[in-house]
Amino acid sequence: MASAAAAGAPPGPAAPRSRRSVTGTRRTVAALFLLPALVLLGALVVYPIGYSLVRSFSNASGDGFAGIDNYKTLFTDDGIRTALKNNVLWVVFAPTVSTALGLVFAVLTERVRWGTAFKLVVFMPMAISMLAAGIIFRLVYDQDPDKGVANAVWVGVHDTFAQSSAFPKAHPGRDSPLRPDRGGFVTEAAVHAGQPVFLPLVGVAPDQLPDGVRKAVAAKPEPGKVTGTTWQDFTRGKGVGRLGAPDPSEVGYAGMRIEAVKDGTVVASTKASADGTFTLPAAADGARLRLPASNFREPYNGVDWLGPALVTPSIIGAYVWMWAGFAMVLIAAGLAGVPRELLEAARVDGASEWQVFRKVTVPLLAPVLAVVVVTLMINVLKVFDLVFIIAPGSSQDDANVLALELYRKGFAEGQPGIASAISVFLLLLVIPVMLFNIRRLRREVRR
Amino acid sequence: MTATAGSIGKAGPAGTVKAGRSVGSRIVEKLGGGLVRVVLIVVGLFWLVPTIGLLVSSLRAPQDMSGSGWWTVFTKPSQLTVDSYQKLLENPDITNSLVNTVLITVPATILVVVIGALAGYAFAWMEFPGRDWWFLGVVSLLVVPVQVALIPIAELFGRLGLFGTIFGVILFHTGFGLPFAVFLLRNFFAEIPRELLEAARLDGAGELRLFARVVMPLGGPAIASLGIFQFLWVWNDMLVALVFTKSGTQPITVALQTQVRQFGNNIDVLAPGAFISMVIPLAVFFAFQRQFVSGVMAGAVK
Repeated sequence: MASAAAAGAPPGPAAPRSRRSVTGTRRTVAALFLLPALVLLGALVVYPIGYSLVRSFSNASGDGFAGIDNYKTLFTDDGIRTALKNNVLWVVFAPTVSTALGLVFAVLTERVRWGTAFKLVVFMPMAISMLAAGIIFRLVYDQDPDKGVANAVWVGVHDTFAQSSAFPKAHPGRDSPLRPDRGGFVTEAAVHAGQPVFLPLVGVAPDQLPDGVRKAVAAKPEPGKVTGTTWQDFTRGKGVGRLGAPDPSEVGYAGMRIEAVKDGTVVASTKASADGTFTLPAAADGARLRLPASNFREPYNGVDWLGPALVTPSIIGAYVWMWAGFAMVLIAAGLAGVPRELLEAARVDGASEWQVFRKVTVPLLAPVLAVVVVTLMINVLKVFDLVFIIAPGSSQDDANVLALELYRKGFAEGQPGIASAISVFLLLLVIPVMLFNIRRLRREVRR
Repeated sequence: MTATAGSIGKAGPAGTVKAGRSVGSRIVEKLGGGLVRVVLIVVGLFWLVPTIGLLVSSLRAPQDMSGSGWWTVFTKPSQLTVDSYQKLLENPDITNSLVNTVLITVPATILVVVIGALAGYAFAWMEFPGRDWWFLGVVSLLVVPVQVALIPIAELFGRLGLFGTIFGVILFHTGFGLPFAVFLLRNFFAEIPRELLEAARLDGAGELRLFARVVMPLGGPAIASLGIFQFLWVWNDMLVALVFTKSGTQPITVALQTQVRQFGNNIDVLAPGAFISMVIPLAVFFAFQRQFVSGVMAGAVK
């Protein structure tokens, strides 16, 4: 989190007065005050930079010169290439999305009395560890819609618009008139008007049956029409009962779709009512009845958030959850410094709220927005914990980022040379910000 | 919640003066205001749900967890139990790692504050050649990623016999906390009125006394911000501890991390463990949010 300082905005306005020593310090005293900090910084921060540089040009065991081989690997190794690609995704999307949300939240909360409570909620994830956030989002993204809230919501929305099928595990029992056909089932023999058809199946767990099922009823013959019943020919605890005929304890397959097929074309279709009975028009006479595959499709299981395709966007989502609050608080502070009169003047001139936001607020906040984006970019380069925790083993390769690859190469795969090359590469990426910091501070310090 | 108003909430007035607006635009505004509220409530819930999910999951028995979602507790509250917590706190690995976390975090915080303050004071008020260049040098280290140091320091610690020790982890965190500490405290100390220091000097205070009795107390707000920042940073760290500790010296983050590999069948360890690891940071956050926020701000904008 120290990276919050990364974008290294200006320090406080340096005192206009000279800060000559009040104490008439002897240099030795100054040296003593500085010594602990400088020794630690030298040994723990500066020395590693030099060492990494040297190490990145050495071979794996560290006893020979390897030239630029390690750097070549950086751009040829498949794993590192994926990491680079993902890092680009991260650097482009994570900071911008976090900042955009932060901006929107900061502007909106200004107009609401309980805005502070909202800010507290959004800012809170900043205080917890990436490990905890990782575990939180492993739960959120759990594939099983009965565990992961993301899929629970997604499946809920999906099922509202697209009816899911109700009988995923149904199949014909003993001596059934049905045989498998293109994922569904079809009758062996043709059906005829006036002779009720029985289409028994088994295998649907009682708690999986659709709501509103009723006791199965044997269909009555109707002249000129094909009638029949489709039902679960089995009762838990009672068994099959009379094979191929509905018993009083057995329930109908409410909503089962039935098609009449003649020479491969569907001539009529209907759905079973709550007691499992159905009626087809005369056209179905002589056809065979099919229970098409749509009845038996597995229920929709939601999105594979942590699968290879979506794992990086999903983890970026978790990052945004953590850091949008950071952007929001900084932007809100910047917003407090925007002169109200300017906004009012624009409104009086007839500007709509959107125009005020777009043409006045955002340009005035541009410096703050830049600082936030740059700070987050540096932070994003170092993301390790979230990827390490959220990506399951099976898709960790697809979620790889440079900081994770560095850890793997350096500590799991025994490739410190390549790991050092990665670390030098990371350092190179932040050097522009480092120079920017120095230039900005130099003006302040030299008074 | 009063502190809130002063910190996170200081951003601006809750409403702006609206004078001389047409009736139509006011109606539009009313509607817009309602919409804003709805949006904020939805977003706020959206932000809370993941954490609530963890909390609720940590309070359910494992057998309930495998069959149904945590949200079912709202209809069947009888599922709630603290069994997982009890079991977790009887697990010596977890309790040891909690102790380790404290043993790492507290010294690393104190060291950064003290060493950073000494250097910050020297940079602010002492005269020596190249002072500003040294300071710029320290500040330039702000953006160095910790990853750069992992391999070199692992090797260095190996040679010094510090690898796997708590002291090694403390040192590492101190080193990487210092650039921000020096940056923050030097700027704050530089604002101390010169007269105060001169007066103390005239009273015969020596250098150390001046530092301990005048500068440190006056630097209170900045020191508090820095301390909280560093505390949370070290407490929440996983990467550094993952590299530099071994099984007896692991903090809670690393102990939990080893459990993540079997995610799914040990959620009864992970969920309460993660929540326990969050309790202290959240308490610190809510108790000291003013300082925390100003630490964040000091780092980024001023």
